Parts: sequence; structure tokens; C-alpha cells
Amino acid sequence: MNAIIFSALIGVVMMLGGIVIKNNASIQSLAIILLFILLGSHLAEYYNLFNIHIETHGMLAKNRFGMFFNTIIISLTLLYVLLSGDEIAKAGTYGAEYFALLFFSLCGATILSSYNNLLMLFLGVEIMTIPLFVLTASEKKNLKSNEAGLKYFLMGSFSTGILLMGIALYYGGTGLFAIEAGIGKNANEIQQTLRILLPLGLLFIFISLAFKVSAAPFHFWTPDVYDGAPSVFTSFMATIVKTAGFIAFIRLFELRSVDMSYSWKILLPLIIILTLLAGNITAVFQQSVKRMLAYSSIAHAGFMLFALYNPNDFGKQGILLYTVAYSLATIGTFAVLTKMKDYTYEGYNGLAKSKPVLAATNTIFLLSLAGIPLTAGFFAKYYMLASALKESTRNLWLVIVAVLFAAVSVYYYFRVIQAMYFKEGNAETTEIKPFFKVLLIIIAALIIVIGLMPSLLLDLFYA
Amino acid sequence: MVPVWLILIPLLTGLVSFGLQNAKVVKAWALFSTIISTTLIIAGIYFLPPSNLQFNAVWLTMLSSNFSFKIDGMSKMLCLLTAISFLIIFIAINKNEYKNSKSFYALMLLMQAGFMGVFTTTDALLFYFFWELALIPAYFLCSMWGGEKRIQVTFKFFVYTFTGSLIMLCGIIYLYFQTPNQTFSLESFYNLHLSHQQQSILFWLFFIAFAIKMPMFPFHTWQPDTYEQSSTGVTMALSGVMAKMGIFAVIRWVIPIFPEAVNHFNNIIIILSTIGIVYASLIAIKQDDLKRMIAYSSIAHIGLMCAAIFSQNNMAMQGVLIQMFNHGIVVIGLWVVADAVEQQLGTRKLSELGGLAQKAPALAIFIVVLAFANVALPLASSFIGEFLMLNGLFQHNILIAAIAGTTIILSAVYTLNMVQKIFYGNTVALTEKAVDISSNIKTALIILVTIIIVLGIYPQPMLNLVK
Repeated sequence: MNAIIFSALIGVVMMLGGIVIKNNASIQSLAIILLFILLGSHLAEYYNLFNIHIETHGMLAKNRFGMFFNTIIISLTLLYVLLSGDEIAKAGTYGAEYFALLFFSLCGATILSSYNNLLMLFLGVEIMTIPLFVLTASEKKNLKSNEAGLKYFLMGSFSTGILLMGIALYYGGTGLFAIEAGIGKNANEIQQTLRILLPLGLLFIFISLAFKVSAAPFHFWTPDVYDGAPSVFTSFMATIVKTAGFIAFIRLFELRSVDMSYSWKILLPLIIILTLLAGNITAVFQQSVKRMLAYSSIAHAGFMLFALYNPNDFGKQGILLYTVAYSLATIGTFAVLTKMKDYTYEGYNGLAKSKPVLAATNTIFLLSLAGIPLTAGFFAKYYMLASALKESTRNLWLVIVAVLFAAVSVYYYFRVIQAMYFKEGNAETTEIKPFFKVLLIIIAALIIVIGLMPSLLLDLFYA
Repeated sequence: MVPVWLILIPLLTGLVSFGLQNAKVVKAWALFSTIISTTLIIAGIYFLPPSNLQFNAVWLTMLSSNFSFKIDGMSKMLCLLTAISFLIIFIAINKNEYKNSKSFYALMLLMQAGFMGVFTTTDALLFYFFWELALIPAYFLCSMWGGEKRIQVTFKFFVYTFTGSLIMLCGIIYLYFQTPNQTFSLESFYNLHLSHQQQSILFWLFFIAFAIKMPMFPFHTWQPDTYEQSSTGVTMALSGVMAKMGIFAVIRWVIPIFPEAVNHFNNIIIILSTIGIVYASLIAIKQDDLKRMIAYSSIAHIGLMCAAIFSQNNMAMQGVLIQMFNHGIVVIGLWVVADAVEQQLGTRKLSELGGLAQKAPALAIFIVVLAFANVALPLASSFIGEFLMLNGLFQHNILIAAIAGTTIILSAVYTLNMVQKIFYGNTVALTEKAVDISSNIKTALIILVTIIIVLGIYPQPMLNLVK
């Protein structure tokens, strides 16, 4: 419970701090200090040192998986703020507010990892996404950013409506908002005519969550929003928010997919393939790296859906590994992107000559996104594929389709590497501080260490 | 510990190379590294107790994948080939100038580490790791140094092989879940009892990856372009060692695991390989570019090895094993000559050259020996290998053996044609001012030619090694 309470509280502190502190550098330091406090308080709970307990009547459930996930996303946010703090403060006129909004969004994400009740799911989703609407439109003078914000808001509210509808139907079918209680019990008690409501409700919830994690065919908002939003916030949306969406997904459907059984087994592979197709094939045709990364994030959603389709231990460990691997690489590559003056592939031409550290670390991030061995991205993908084959060897065809799309992804990731290393040009960047480079090297090192020893990370989960 | 050091030495020295500044120091450092590797593998084979050739350590307990390595007969030979090849490559390209040479040598050494890993590991997941570890440096090497079209060409090569290996990864994961206690060890893969249908699917998942790497017809389209466009030092490593990875992997990871599927599909593969042999030989005859000619000649030779493997005949298999080594040595020699010609005269076109023997007599002597070895004349090392392979194919199917046997005639046509066009006849304007090869190339070629002649006259040590 610490993470939820502290993230909300420090959001308020941050907001009020913005009234007193006007200096960007101090705002940043404040945000970093607060994040350390948040991480500390969460770890205190994790190791049973100190815990604020609030009676929620079973609406929130403390669970290992969620706790571990919280540790991951808070650490990732810390890394993200350390890396792009000055870009966040510079994104618009109200530096402190942006940090506050990020904390609120984080609060929503922590609710999603521990909800036990559909009302909490709804609250979590809303708390997480509403700050993002503001952040997307934070570049007020930029028409694209405004358009993206509005689009995101409209699509987001639309999907929220569907979510509410789904929850209502679920309630109608079971008489409960709780997701764990009374799984078998209610099925018999409910009248025959109402029995259809449960799967229907789940389907609606599924559609709404598919919106949030940008799974095809509900992904159309993603490229525009990711492209229009200031790059720093795209990075946050594509990583922490997206993976939190998946955790919400898994919590619900791990328990409830039985209710959809057959149709579920047909529906999900279809969605997986559609998502991989939409993400990978469209990414190939992009001219802007930022837009390419938006589509690639859709493609990665396709891989993460494997964990939903096969919620066995490979799938559950895999989604944690995937969260870390994918987020580290995405945060890193977006951090490099925000420093570029030109977001097209040509803008990266010759980066290896002018900024060798940036180019080398960015290469590692892209290799990890492509899932090349020796990087964390490989094991992330590996676990996803293994989860499918563990479930049933009949999934071999799905696995083969997925790896073929992974091979396609190499095309667009390597285009950036080609531009950086093999093409002539002088890639222009904004000013780069030594600290920024050090952080990039640390992230790259983390990716390689996890790529060699994924057990280092997963053992923590079992510890 | 020998296999671990064989991997660690190039890996660590390669990583150190990235930090070295002076080009001369880097060259000496790389040479030093390969000399140690070569000494180590020779010591490992002939002097150290056999227990040193194995290594086991825990890696991923959760996935029960281990750092397990074992050097058996075939691995001994291929590790020896890798070490000697890189030694010769570094000697031969010693005088060449590469921009950003520290990265060049560093990536070469990393690639060597990948090769060593592939040849020694007995864990499927680790095998996949090294398989890719060899590919990534190759991608950068081919894209950064080489001809005009190198970037696109290398990209094709990379996507081709990467797709193949990903498909293999599916197969590896599938087998992993079939093993009783879920492990990646080669031994447990050998003990699997797979149904016929499973074997037929998995066979192709693995085989396509390896067929692309060899490359076997019709998966060869990346190869001539890549060999032509890459810098010759890299091409030597690709055709001398990397191509053997495909053959090696079929012998170790396909034949024993899917025996039924091999029985079922062997004719298709032998026929495809035979088509590849004739097709590549005919195209080689038509080539005017020296590097492309060697590339196609290489496809033909590899095709013969692939056909011989699937003839499932002991004699043919012996032939394949020693031919892997011999072909590596011969083809590297040909590339050294090609590089020597190109570096000095600035062209690789056969039609623009002529009479070089008058100006560079030493080079001419070497090329004649190499040419004879490429044609597989008796007393050259490749003779015994090709003889055993054709003999085995003959026992499998006379018609196929007859068609595949044309490779010897056709290779004589293109090889001798090349020698004649470049080295004999009248000198042309371009070759008028040519001088003989420098001492480093001479050293490299002396080593190669010595190996060719010694193994040609007395192949027994090689046969003993792979037994």
C-alpha cells in the first residue's frame, strides 16, 4: 500500500513545490529526491519493514507479483527522470506540474498491479491515463501536440466508456465487483439468461484494455499520440504505462479466462497476429524514427500478449522480464531521440562519428529491442515463445509466425544502426552532459547483464 | 578448460582492442591473440590430457541451460581450422589499411569467439547464443568495410541468416519441452523419441537455418554479393570458417536428432545440392570478377559436402569431415591471392589482367598449387576428401554421383581459366608495373601451401583427428 499512498502524496508535494520553486534544476532535484523516497518506502514494505495499512475490504490485494512489478516500474521511473529530467522540465511552461502528473500516473499504475476489484481497476486506469492526456498536450504552442492530446482524450474516454460497460455487465452476470471471490459459486446461482453477461462483460473489458495497451485492431490512436506528444512523455507512455496495462490485463484474465475458454483460445492468437502484423509491417514504412518507435511499441505489445495467452510460470516471469528489457531499451533509445535535432533516419546519419557513446549505447538498445542474444530483449522474447510452447506444442505455428515478425523488426531497428554507423553525415544533437552519457552506459550495461544472466532479475522475484 | 579459453581469449582480446589507439599496436595485438589460440588448440589436441577438453558450469538454473563444452574429433578439427584461419588472415592483411582499424580487429576477434563457441558447445541455448554472436560482428564488419553496395548486401545477408536462426530457435524451444527433465543438453536431445511427424517439422526448422548459413542452393542468393562486397579479410573468415558452421551444425544437430526425417528427406536435399553444384559451377565459369568466381566455386564445393552428408554413408562422412578443413584452407588461400591482386592492381576483373606471372613469379607458384587444390587433383589435400565424398555418393546413387562428379571437371575449367587469364599470356598495361607480393602475404601463402601439400601426401593425421 505504501507505493500507492506515497506516489499520490509526493504528487501533491511536487505540485505545491512548483508554487515555491521556480528554478528548473531545483524542481528536478526535488523530483529525484521524492522518487528515491517513493522507492525507499516501497522497498520498506517489500521487505516488511514498514507498511501503512489501510482497510480496503479486499478491494486491493497485496501480492508478490504486483509488488515486484511496482519495484520495477518505480525504479524505471527513477531512471527515466534521472535521464530525461531536464527535458521534462523544459517540455512546457510548468515544469513542476509535469513531474506531479507523472507521479499521479505512477499511482494509477501501482493500483493496477494490486487491484482485486473491478472498481479499483477502473480507478487505476483512470488515474493512470488522465495525467497522460495533459502531458501529451503539454507543448501548448505545438499544433501536433494539441491534436494528439485531444485525440488521446477522445479515444481514451471512449475506451473508458467501454470499460464501464464491461464492468456493469460483469456485475450483472456475477453480482460482484470482486475478481477473485466466488468464481465457481455464482455460475450456478445465476439465471440462465444472465449467464451470457459474464463473458460479454469480460469481452468489453478486454477491448477496453486492448485500447490501453494498443493491441490491434484498437491501436489506431497510438502512432498519432506517440508521435505528437513531446518525446520525453512518449517514452513514459510507451514503457511504464503500457506495461502497467499488461499487468492489469494479466491479473484479470489469468483468473477469468476460464469463463471464455474456447472463444478465448481463438480470439487471442488472432489479436496477437494482428498486433504483430500492424506494428511490424507499418513500422517498416516509417520515415521518422519516433513514429517507427511508436509502431514498434505496438509490435512489442503483440509479444507481451503471449503472457496473457499463456499465463503459466514462463508467461508470468516473462512479462516481468519483458517489462524490464523493453522499458530499459525504450527509455534509453527515446532519451537519445530527444537529444536529436532531426527525428528522421537521415537525422541519425554519422552519429557514430560525432557522438560515439550515444551511438554505441543506442545500438545496444536497438539490438535489445530486436531481441538479439546477449541482450535482455532476447530472453524477454524467449520467455514469451517458451510460454506458448509450454502450454501446448500445437502453438508451434504461432511461435513461428511471431519469430518471422521478429525478423521483420530487425529491418527497421537496423536502419537506425546503419544510419548511425555506415552513412555519412553530421547528426546534430542538442547539448549532452557527461552525466547523461554515464546513465546511458549504465542502462546499456544493465541490458547486457540481464541478457547474460536473466536469473539475476528473476531470482529477486522468487527471493 | 581448453574450450573456455578458446572462447575467452578472442573475446577478451577483442574487447581490449576497442580501446587500443595505434593501428600497429592493434595489428600486433590481434596477431598475438591468434597465436595464443592456435598454440592452445594444438596443445589441447596433442599434449594436454583429454579431461581438459571438457567443461561444465551452471549458467541458467531456471532454464537448466549450462555452460557445457566438449571438444570431440570434429570440434578439434574445426577449432584448429578457426585458429589457423584467423592467424593466416591476420598475417595476410597485415599490410592492408583499414579506417578505424581497432574496431575492425576487435570485431574480427569477437567473431572468432563466436565460431569457437559454436564448434565446442553441447548446450542448445548456448549454441544459439554463439551462433548469433558470430553473426553480429560479421554484420558490422561487412557493413563498415567493403565495396560500394555493401550496406544493402550485408543487410540481405543478415536478415536471411537471422530469420533462419530464429526459426531454429523455435525448434530448440520445442525440443526443450520434449526432453523429460527439460534441458538443453545435446545428450538429452540425442535420446529423444520423436514421432515421425514431429521429426519432419523440426528437421526443416533446424535445417533451413543451417542451409542458409552454408549456403545450400536455393538459399545461396546472399552469398556471392556478400563475399564480393565485403572486405577480403572478412570474406576469408566468412567462407573459410562461417560456411563450415552450417555443415558442422547439420552433422551435430540434425542428423543424430532426426534420423527418420533425414531418411525421409535425404533425396530432396541431395538433389537440391547437386543442382546447386552444377549451377554454381556453370555460373563460376561465366564470372569475370575474381571474387565472385571464388564465391560461386565455394557454393559448388559446399554443395558437394551437403550432398555427401545426406548420402548417409560412412566413407562420405569421413570425406566431409576432412574436406571441411581442407576447403577452408584452400578457399582462404584463394582469397589471399585475390586480395593481393586487388590491393596492388586495383581491379578484380579477369579481362583486365594478364601476364602477372612474369612480374610476380612467387605469387604465380602459389596460385598454381592453390588452383590444383581447388580442382582436387591428387597430391593436393582436397583430393582425398572429394574422392571419399564422391565414392560415398556413388554408393548411394550412381546417377547423382555422376552429375555431382562433374564438379571436378567444371572446377578445373573455371579455376584454370582464372589462372591462365590473370597470370599467363602477355602483360597488359595494368600488370606492366606490378611487383611481387610482400613478405607477409608470402608467409601466409607458404603456411597454406605447406598444409595443402603435406595433407595431400599424408592425410592420415587428419583422418585420425576426426575419427
